[in-house]
Parts: sequence; C-alpha cells; structure tokens
Amino acid sequence: MAGKYLGQRLKRNEDPRLLTGQALFVDDVQLPGMLHAAFLRSDYAHAWIKSIDPSAARQHPGVVAVYTAADLGKIWKPGPLNVPPPSGIPGVVFNQRTQVPMAKDKVRHQGEAVAVVIAESRYIAEDAAAEIVVDYEPLEAVIDLEKALGEGSPLLYEDLGTNLASFVHQENGSYAEAAARADLIVKTHIVMERGTAAALENRGYVASWDNKSQSLTMWATTQGPIALRNGLATILGLSEHQIRVIAPFVGGGFGPKILLYQPEEIVVSWASLQLGRPVKWIEDRQENFGDTSQERRQIHEAEMALTRDGKILGVKDVFIHDTGAYNSYALTIPLNTQTHTTGPYKVANYLTEYRVVFTNRILVTPLRGAGRTYGTFVMERLMDKAAKRLGMDRTEIRRMNMIQPDEFPYKTGIVGQDFAKNVLDSGNYPAALDKAKEMIGYEAFLKEEQPRLRAEGKHVGLGISFFTEGSGVGPYEGARITVEASGKVNLSTGVGTQGQGHFTSFAQVAAEQLGVDPKNIFVTTGDTEAFHWGAGTFASRGATVAGSAVNAAALLVRQKILKMASKILEAPEEELELADGMVRVADIPSRCISLAELAVKANPSRGAVEPGTEPGLEATAYFGPPYGATAYGCCAMIVEVDPDTFNARIQRLVMAHDCGTVLNPMILEGQIHGGVGLGLGNSFFEKLEMDDNGQLQNASFMDYLIPRASDLPPIEIAHLHTPSPLNPLGIKGVGEAGAIPIPPAFVQAVEDALPEYNLEISEAPLSPNRLFQIVQAAKQA
Amino acid sequence: MKPAPFDYYAPASVDEALDILSEKGYDIKVLAGGQSLVPSMNFRLAQPPALLDLNNIPDLAYIKPAPDGGVVIGAMTRDSDVEHNPMVAERFPVILQAMPFIAHPQIRNRGTFGGAIAHADPAGHLPAVTLALNARYHIRSKNGDRWVGCDEFFLGPFTTAMEPDELLVEVEIPALPARTGTSYHQMARQAGAQALVGVAAVVTLDPGERVAAARIALLSVGETPVLAGRAAASLAGKLLTPETIEAAAEAAATVDTDPGGDIHCSPEYRRHLIRVLVAKSLEEAGERARGKRG
Ligand SMILES: Cc1cc2nc3c(=O)[nH]c(=O)nc-3n(C[C@H](O)[C@H](O)[C@H](O)COP(=O)(O)OP(=O)(O)OC[C@H]3O[C@@H](n4cnc5c(N)ncnc54)[C@H](O)[C@@H]3O)c2cc1C
Repeated sequence: MAGKYLGQRLKRNEDPRLLTGQALFVDDVQLPGMLHAAFLRSDYAHAWIKSIDPSAARQHPGVVAVYTAADLGKIWKPGPLNVPPPSGIPGVVFNQRTQVPMAKDKVRHQGEAVAVVIAESRYIAEDAAAEIVVDYEPLEAVIDLEKALGEGSPLLYEDLGTNLASFVHQENGSYAEAAARADLIVKTHIVMERGTAAALENRGYVASWDNKSQSLTMWATTQGPIALRNGLATILGLSEHQIRVIAPFVGGGFGPKILLYQPEEIVVSWASLQLGRPVKWIEDRQENFGDTSQERRQIHEAEMALTRDGKILGVKDVFIHDTGAYNSYALTIPLNTQTHTTGPYKVANYLTEYRVVFTNRILVTPLRGAGRTYGTFVMERLMDKAAKRLGMDRTEIRRMNMIQPDEFPYKTGIVGQDFAKNVLDSGNYPAALDKAKEMIGYEAFLKEEQPRLRAEGKHVGLGISFFTEGSGVGPYEGARITVEASGKVNLSTGVGTQGQGHFTSFAQVAAEQLGVDPKNIFVTTGDTEAFHWGAGTFASRGATVAGSAVNAAALLVRQKILKMASKILEAPEEELELADGMVRVADIPSRCISLAELAVKANPSRGAVEPGTEPGLEATAYFGPPYGATAYGCCAMIVEVDPDTFNARIQRLVMAHDCGTVLNPMILEGQIHGGVGLGLGNSFFEKLEMDDNGQLQNASFMDYLIPRASDLPPIEIAHLHTPSPLNPLGIKGVGEAGAIPIPPAFVQAVEDALPEYNLEISEAPLSPNRLFQIVQAAKQA
Repeated sequence: MKPAPFDYYAPASVDEALDILSEKGYDIKVLAGGQSLVPSMNFRLAQPPALLDLNNIPDLAYIKPAPDGGVVIGAMTRDSDVEHNPMVAERFPVILQAMPFIAHPQIRNRGTFGGAIAHADPAGHLPAVTLALNARYHIRSKNGDRWVGCDEFFLGPFTTAMEPDELLVEVEIPALPARTGTSYHQMARQAGAQALVGVAAVVTLDPGERVAAARIALLSVGETPVLAGRAAASLAGKLLTPETIEAAAEAAATVDTDPGGDIHCSPEYRRHLIRVLVAKSLEEAGERARGKRG
C-alpha cells in the first residue's frame, strides 16, 4: 500500500548528521566538572572475594572516590527482573538470580565489576584501579552446560543447591503418539553458538545530578529509556519526575542495550548523586567482551516423525540453554526458540522442553534473532535430513508441510515470549519459497550449473532455508504529534533508536496522514522529557508498535485539522485534502489554508476558545497489538568451498521476504543486509572461545572475528506483501529477519558443495578448521 | 584500554635516538608505526616506562637500490610506500604479493617495514618474506653498527638478536639470481585477519630446469618465522614435478615444523595447510622461474 510518502524509497533524514559527525552520541557529552569512572573487573570466572583493599587507589592523585559493593549501602541488592517468567505454562521452574551492581562476596564471571574508581580522567581512573588489591579464593568454574547439571558440579549459588535456572515443558498434541505411527523418525544432536552483539558503539552512560534542581540527567546507550528512568527512580529512591533519561544517537543495539539495571547504569548514576558532579563511563571493547550480555550455546536433542511420503507427524525437541551467571531477562530466548522451531510448518504434535543452566559466564539476554535462530537451525536441519532419507527434493518436503495461505490465523498452541499461545497471523509461505527458488535459479543451478562447475573441479553448493520471525509484540508504544505555528511537525515517541531509521520511517507514516514533507517532521525518540510512556525497542517492534502509534496520533491530528479547516474553508471535510503542508478543497485548490495558519488559529493568543476545546493541533495516541505479527522469508545462497583450505565463500545470497506493509524499502533492505551479516557471523565466524577456567580466549576483534564488508556477498531481496491484520497499516517487524535463516542455509550449501563426503553438519558456526575436522572424520568413517 | 603512564622522547636524528637508547636501555621502547606497540600498551600488556618515537627522524624512511641489484629499505619506511614502489615491484614481486595480507590500507599507511621485522611476530608476514629473500638487517647502537643475517635474527616470539640499546635502521635484500621465481600464499579466515599459515617461496632453476636453490619461509607455524630447510634440500638438483613438490611439502609439514594449535587452527589443520600452501607456492615459483607466468 505505497502512498505519496509511505512505502517510498526515501533517503534517511538522519544521515547527513550521522555522516558528517554532527550527531550526538553519549561519549560526545562533555559537562563542566565531569568525572570519569573505571571499573575494576574480576579476572576470575568464579571465586570468593576474601577482601578488597582500595586504600592505595584512594590516595592516587586525581582520584575522587573509590567504591566497592560495601560502600553502596542499601542501593546494593540484586536488580529487579527485566522480564518475569511466563505465566500460563504449568510446571515452570524459575530460580531467579539477577545481576548485582558490583560483586560482593563472590564473583561469578570474568569481567564482573568488583570496584569503581571515579577520577578526574579516565587515564587516572584506570591507573588507580590497577592499584586496588583484591584477595580472591578461586573456585572451579562452571562452563560446560551438561556437566553443570551433573552430580558434584561446583555451584554458582550454594543456597540453590543446583545450577538449574529453569525448566519448561510444553506439548501440543502428543509426540509419542505421532512417533508410534511414523514411517520414519530422523534424529539429530545440534550444538549451536551465537556470540557478542559487537555494536560499533559500546555501552556508555553520563549521569549528572544537579543539586539546585534536584534532578538527574542521564545520557545512556539504552534501547529502553523510559523503562530505565522508571527503574532508576525506584533504585535510587527518586521520583520518576526527577530523572530524565536521554538515549541520543546510539551506535547499534542488537539486544544487549535493552537489558535494564545493568551494574554500570546503577553505579554511575548513584556516584553522581553522591558526588554532586557529572560522572561518565564509556565501556571499552575489552570490557564489552566481559560485561555486556551475549547469546551463546544451546544443545538440542531433536527428532521428527514423518510418513513415508514426507508429511511431518510430529517434532520433539529437548534442549539446554546457557543463561550465564544471572537470569535477569528470564526466558525470552528459549521461549522464542520454542515458538519458532516449527516455523512455517504444520506440526500437529510438538513436544518442546528445555533446561536453563547457570554458568560462570556473563549473562545471556536477547541478541538479534533472540532464540529464533537456534530453533530455525534445528528444524531446517531435520527437514534436510528427512529429505535425504526419503530421497525427496529439499524444497518439496518443505512446501508440502507448509501452512497454507487460507489456514491463517494458525495456532501452534505453544506459549511464547509474550506469554500468549503463539498464533501466526498471516502469510503466503509457498509463494516466498517459490520466489527464492526463482531468484537463485534453483533448478538450473542443480541440473546444469553445479555439474558443470564440478567438472571444472569447483566445489559449489546451494543452500535454501525458510524461517519465521515473530515480531512486534506488546505491550504498547505511544506517540505525540504537534503541528507547530511554524508549519513544522513535531513527533515524539518513547522507543529508543539505534540506527534503524526511525527519524525517517516514523516521519513517513505521519507525513502520509498529514500531507507534509517528511523532511519537515522532527522526530524525537528516546528522551523521557519528550515522551513519558513506552517500553523500548526490542523484538522487532519499533515500526510495528510505535509506527502504529504514530499512525494513530497522526490520524487524530488529521481529524482536528479537517474539522477546523472545514469551518474556515466552508467546505465539508470529505471534500478537503491535505498536501504540501496545506489543506485545500479538492476541486478548488485556491481555497486553501496552510497548516501553519491553522496551528496559529488553534492556539489563539487572545479571545475565547469554545469550552471543551484543546489547544493546538496536537494529539497523543497509543497502540498495543493483540499479539505479535509474524514475518517470514526464504533465503537461498550459493557457497563455494575451497577444497584445499576449507575456506567457504558465499557467492550469491537471495532473500524473499514478507513483513507486510513496507514503510521504506531502502531502510528495510538495510535491516536485512545487517541481519545477514550477523547470520553469516553465526554461520562461519563468531564464537566466544571459553576455556575450562572461564577465561575468554578471544576478547578482542583480533581473535573474535565478525564478518566485514569484504565478507558479505551480494544480497538480492524480493519483497512480498501480506499485510498483517493486527494493525491498521499491516506492518510486521524485520529487525531480526536476516539473522535467522543464514546458518541452516549455509551449512546445507556446504554439504551440497562437498557431496563426496556425505556430510551431516549439526553445528554452527563452522570455521575452516571445523570443516576440515568434519571432513577428516567423514573420510575415516 | 588506556596505557599506563610513560615518558616520551621524540629525537630528531638517529644519533640523538641512539644516545637516549644507550642511556635508558631496558626502560625505553622504540615507537615506529605503533600498530603493534600501541594496542599492546592500551591492553596494558606492555607498560614501557618510556617511548622513543622515531617518527620525527626523516632520514630513516627511504627505498634505495643496492649496487648488486637488490634494495635497501629504511626502517621507518611505511608498508604502503614499499607496497607502491616500482623498483620493489620489479625486483621483489613477492613483497608486493604479501603486502595486501597485512591488515588493511590504513594500518599499512602507519606500520613500518622495520617495525614489522623488529616486532618479530611469528605470525608477521614481513619477517617470513625477508627470511625467504635472505635479507640482512642493519643495526646501530651508540657503540657502533653491525649487520645480522635473517637466519640469525629471529630468536623467539617477539624476540630478536637486537640488544635493548640497539636500533634497526635498514633492511637489505640481495638481488635474486636469474631464472628465479617467487611466490606467496597464505590462509586467513578473512581479509586482514592473522594468517593461519603463510608461505614465501623463492626458487632458482638451473638451465636444465633443475632446482639450483630454494628458500621456503613459513609464518604462524612456530615460535619464529621458519625456514623449511629440509623441504628445500629435498628439491636440490631435481625437476619440480608433482611428486618432488609433494615430497617437499610433506617435509615442510612434518620435518621442518611441528606446528601447535590455537583457537582458529588445530595442529592437524595447520599441518594440512602447510602441505597445500607449500605445494602451491613451489609450483607457482617454479612456473615463474621458467618464465611461464609473471
Ligand atoms: C588490526 C591490525 C592487524 C594487523 N594484521 C597484521 C597481519 O595480518 N600481518 C602482519 O604481518 N602484521 C599485521 N599487523 C601488524 C602491523 O604490520 C604492524 O605495523 C607491524 O607488525 C609493526 O610495525 P610498526 O611500525 O607498527 O611497529 P610498532 O608497533 O611501532 O613497534 C613494534 C615493535 O617493534 C619495535 N621497533 C619498531 N621499530 C624498531 C626499530 N627501528 N628498531 C628497534 N625496534 C623497533 C618496537 O619497540 C615494538 O616493540 C596488524 C596490525 C593491526 C593494528
């Protein structure tokens, strides 16, 4: 439903500022008298803290204060849960252990803060931090997920008596019954890793307590500014009214910046209150590897029951999930895994069960893809295996099991991250499959090109994978729109923004209703002073939920405009049109009034307004969906493997994608490109290598490899449009799409490129080294 | 990620630099391009009490022809200047082949030829390339100067034959005989990433196309850049055939080296890479020596 502005490929309003260095990031904030914080972090993954001696550091010239957990007084306590455990699933076990501001008696992961130095410069603060003496009694680290649950494992929490953080079992239908009548059961054991978000900008906070106004201003790299303000008020004993959180431009979020009550958020703001001076902390990359949440390993035992002609009767998936040292974000990730495993397929009997394990590693919270990636990998691997065993074409077995366009809304019966039983709202899955096949040239590649390349000694394979992306979950977002007397339009919303293009896409939504050039619409996101209510950007919900709120607010303003203009222009509302910042009578363009003039009339300086009239052309609206909209897509790629070095390179990648109504195709494609980059990282590059003592072996970009521009293949994208019935514009989310289908498509393509070994790859990421080892093992078998 | 405090000296001449070095010895570190030293200071892995910055000494950056047809490269010559020098390109194409694998252009604009050699990273490209080219290194101190051959220079990881009061001032690469071909191959996980294995091969053929001399240098396979002497010896007086090449590659992977593993590369995979990359390099160097390929 492209309109004049909506759905247009507009360049982003924010880019000139970003590209010329005129955009404010947290580290750009410079305040008079500002102090700098450096944290002393544990080198041990697991140890008792016997004593901390900060006396030398306190004497260090230029040091203003040194604080440890003991100094925090009643501020020190485990933070509140970000997300509660799910209601509505019987038998859920959830042992709550949330992050603390600084470690007190025990450190539970390498990189956990044990003290903070506040000094006149960051250099001095780091020098002094090195002078703090901590006496540790090292403990055996809990790293291996399976051993952690075994007899005699050391415990992170002695009082709990177990490292089990959670247990959740859900079943729709009866897998046992399905398995009993199956012609074929395929089984697999999958180990999948993810990694660190590696945002270009690390975390950072500047907190400034002003004694005279008794108020705290906090610049924060957060995805949830309003939630952060509310949480800080409670923790610091202030009124929400006394705190302003500003999330200015943020250089990438990808999930970890939605985590609230992070230790540094609390310590930095509290320190500013203590000292009455601004305090800045900017996370460096080395810290980021040890103190910013990640997504890591899941281990799956999965099986699929089928008829001999390829129809799925049931799926059973039992997995283990690593939550690290804390579970502040509860179960969002494994719940997403549960709801996304069956993806686009009809699975009448589905058993899914998991255990979550505490380990001596930084906590795990959602990272772009957020659990969906593992589930998709498991299911797509099972599909490939079943296709091979049944001698079927891999796309045919997928197609015949897909939910059909007329079967929506489709209920899977499994409770998801929003605690509702999952419903897939709309789509045309077979069409996306066909489109991706057409774009990659499926038949021609397999029948002609691949044999020709093989004859030339080239090892080139095709991978194709389908996925769904539950997106746009509640609770709600809001927006306020004001037409000013200047003719400009102000738009404020409570979501944070980290590069998604909100300054443009939200402006496009409002522009469509108001007939104003999006360049004249000033969007403010992430400033609690500008908008008071909201949840944040996560779960690919910005466009869907906040975008819908913008649309609703714009509609209300439009109604006000029409009502006023109808009186002034003496024409019925139906005959009026809004365009070019004017309201005019459709057939008589000379009878018109500008929005600026209307705005002045709506806010008269003298005289009387009608009783009950609100001043100004302004409206505030909220939107909350009944449940999340599900986007989907199909990715196909051509991968070449070098048989000498086992390096693999994606030559081409196509994505047929449907996220309903498209607000701006260019921004949408950017989202997919970025997601594909992360997906490629999860396929071939990114792995946090931890040794048995809990020491991260690759805590820098020298050894932790993320895909770079030169690693990305050409990406071709096709948009399909099935509007979601869950919001008036028909939008679905896209933020995580690219990251989800890449690993299964990649490993399938690698198998396809090396048919002589009959590989069955059940892990991601691969690396050239792993692929070499897998091939060696296959040669020996 | 801020360095510990340090004193800073920026002499304007080599003599001045040598005076400071002789006075401070172990308490000072030379700063060249800073592409290896500064990161390790920011990680606080290196905490030198003082830095001696060579960047204000213009006469350490040059590329000159050597009388015999070789080249002499001043220690402070930026990698990118070497990379784009026509004389180096003509006389030692193998240096150019290796250059793009050193990180990224921005880093090569700062990093220096001498710095890379003095740094003696066993995974560094230039130590191995100059080892294959049989270079010698010119070292000066307040008390005099000396030349050290590449076979004696690299003593261990990040350890060279230089004393703390000594400065590397230039590198001399001798001319290659006629009918010599060179080749460089490496495997890295992505552009600019550290090489898992790299191989520089220099092969000279006699008029009967038999191997008159060969130098094969490997990086990332041990504690220093490694000269694969047994592999080279196995080729002496032989034609380069798939069989002799395979035997040499096998010797390089099993006799000349005993590679270890790391998070990117198991010992077995590293051995495998040595085999395939040595074979590839020898084959290519041989073709070039025969004049079949550029
Ligand atoms: C992101 C990144 C990736 C990289 N990737 C690679 C790669 O793939 N392959 C590779 O080979 N290199 C790589 N490098 C290293 C790069 O080549 C460095 O420039 C080089 O190793 C050191 O040169 P430099 O001039 O920067 O030396 P510096 O960092 O200034 O010094 C290095 C060491 O040598 C000493 N030193 C320097 N000059 C002299 C001298 N004249 N006399 C005595 N001692 C001296 C210093 O005291 C110091 O100990 C990379 C660097 C970076 C930042």
